[in-house]
Amino acid sequence: MKLTLKIWRQAGPTDKGAIHTYQLDDVSPDMSFLEMLDVLNEQLNAEGEEPIAFDSDCREGICGMCGLMINGDAHGPEVTTTCQLHMRSFSDGETITIEPWRSEAFPVLKDLVVDRSAFDRIIQQGGYISVNTGSAPEAHSVPVPRDDAMRAFNVATCIGCGACVAACPNGSASLFMGAKITHLGELPQGQPERDSRVVNMVAQHDAEGFGGCTNIGACTAACPKEIPLDVISQLNKDLRTAIKHGH
Amino acid sequence: MKGARASRTTIALKLGMAISGIIFLGFVLAHMYGNLKAFAGHDAFNEYAEHLREIGEPMLPHEGLLWILRVGLIAALVVHVYCAVVLWRRAARARGTKYVTKKQTGATRASLMMRWGGVTILLFLVWHLLNFTIGKVNVQGGATNDPYNLLVDTFDVWWLTLIYLVAMLALGAHLHHGIWSAAQTLGWTGTAAKRQRAKTVGFVVALIVTVGFSLVPLGVLAGIITK
Repeated sequence: MKLTLKIWRQAGPTDKGAIHTYQLDDVSPDMSFLEMLDVLNEQLNAEGEEPIAFDSDCREGICGMCGLMINGDAHGPEVTTTCQLHMRSFSDGETITIEPWRSEAFPVLKDLVVDRSAFDRIIQQGGYISVNTGSAPEAHSVPVPRDDAMRAFNVATCIGCGACVAACPNGSASLFMGAKITHLGELPQGQPERDSRVVNMVAQHDAEGFGGCTNIGACTAACPKEIPLDVISQLNKDLRTAIKHGH
Repeated sequence: MKGARASRTTIALKLGMAISGIIFLGFVLAHMYGNLKAFAGHDAFNEYAEHLREIGEPMLPHEGLLWILRVGLIAALVVHVYCAVVLWRRAARARGTKYVTKKQTGATRASLMMRWGGVTILLFLVWHLLNFTIGKVNVQGGATNDPYNLLVDTFDVWWLTLIYLVAMLALGAHLHHGIWSAAQTLGWTGTAAKRQRAKTVGFVVALIVTVGFSLVPLGVLAGIITK
């Protein structure tokens, strides 16, 4: 495959940055998207040009580290992570535009790498339960209805990649928060901190500069883990309940 | 977070939009019902308009309930517009740097038109109130103190009819996304089935409102509603 790549290059956080165009002549359709970028970087290295910085870690779709805006879709045209996207999803001779996530809360560090610490700070505000450590308690001592457990498990698959924020026209992180709120809210262990969790997480979300949700649904379409939109309903409901409880 | 208040969050603003929006929905449905009285003829339409002013008498003064409703609607408008402006500005800041290429995968056109569509409806509202309530403008130069005749005179003018039909399309699109969005904001759509139901209700109600309001100007145009 021959490809024309239009890639965002930015030397550092304060650099203005611009789109650069590269040609790649010998791409296998079986390569992953990141392997294709690895090949491009080897080519750039050989030419003495600075390789393109991009994030990746596990390369098996479970860590949430990679994430690129590919032809206007977060993680590209398939419902998966960037690392699990393959070049067969593109056609020979295609022009591919690659940009970093765009969010004021995710500042660009270099080229395609953004700082997603804002997600960590949201989690620190309530994405946990407070329990005494020690020997693991007997699992059957706290019964959990099957449907609740399934819903909690399904939304706990969120890997915090940030595609929801990147895809959202409002730059909102509501799907990310909703996934965590629903995950912990469905389980008995999540109940004691339920009200303070939602209030603190949303307050941190707002302080980080994320936008408000307008229920467009671009987030759930971009989510590699297919987190459904009803977690945002749950998030809103939990906040409404917290208001009722005087938080 | 120290001092975090639920009522100061973006979600509280969204709740403000949802609740004020539901108030508007109730108003719009009642308004549409009243408009359709035009098909019952001159006297029925004007009597309905007069009855609106007499509800609750003698417990309430003349136009008493009407003014209570008007104050409620004005309050809802202030809340709806205030929350929209704050959230719009926040969204613009949150995506300070635009994408070179961006697809709107997963988004309906109506959901992307909410803000400018809302501005369109607001501008239309100003004209509409000047036309029929505050100013009583009759571009044909006829009488303005007879609601039915003013209506017929207005929709006999093709470009006025066009303004109203375009506004009703904007309102329909706004309701199509707005109704389900309000349900989601209020936390009523916790499952895929409930979400689908809310979206269906949103579409059907939007269709009823758009068609219901458009019937009257189209009825004048077709010569069914005449003086």
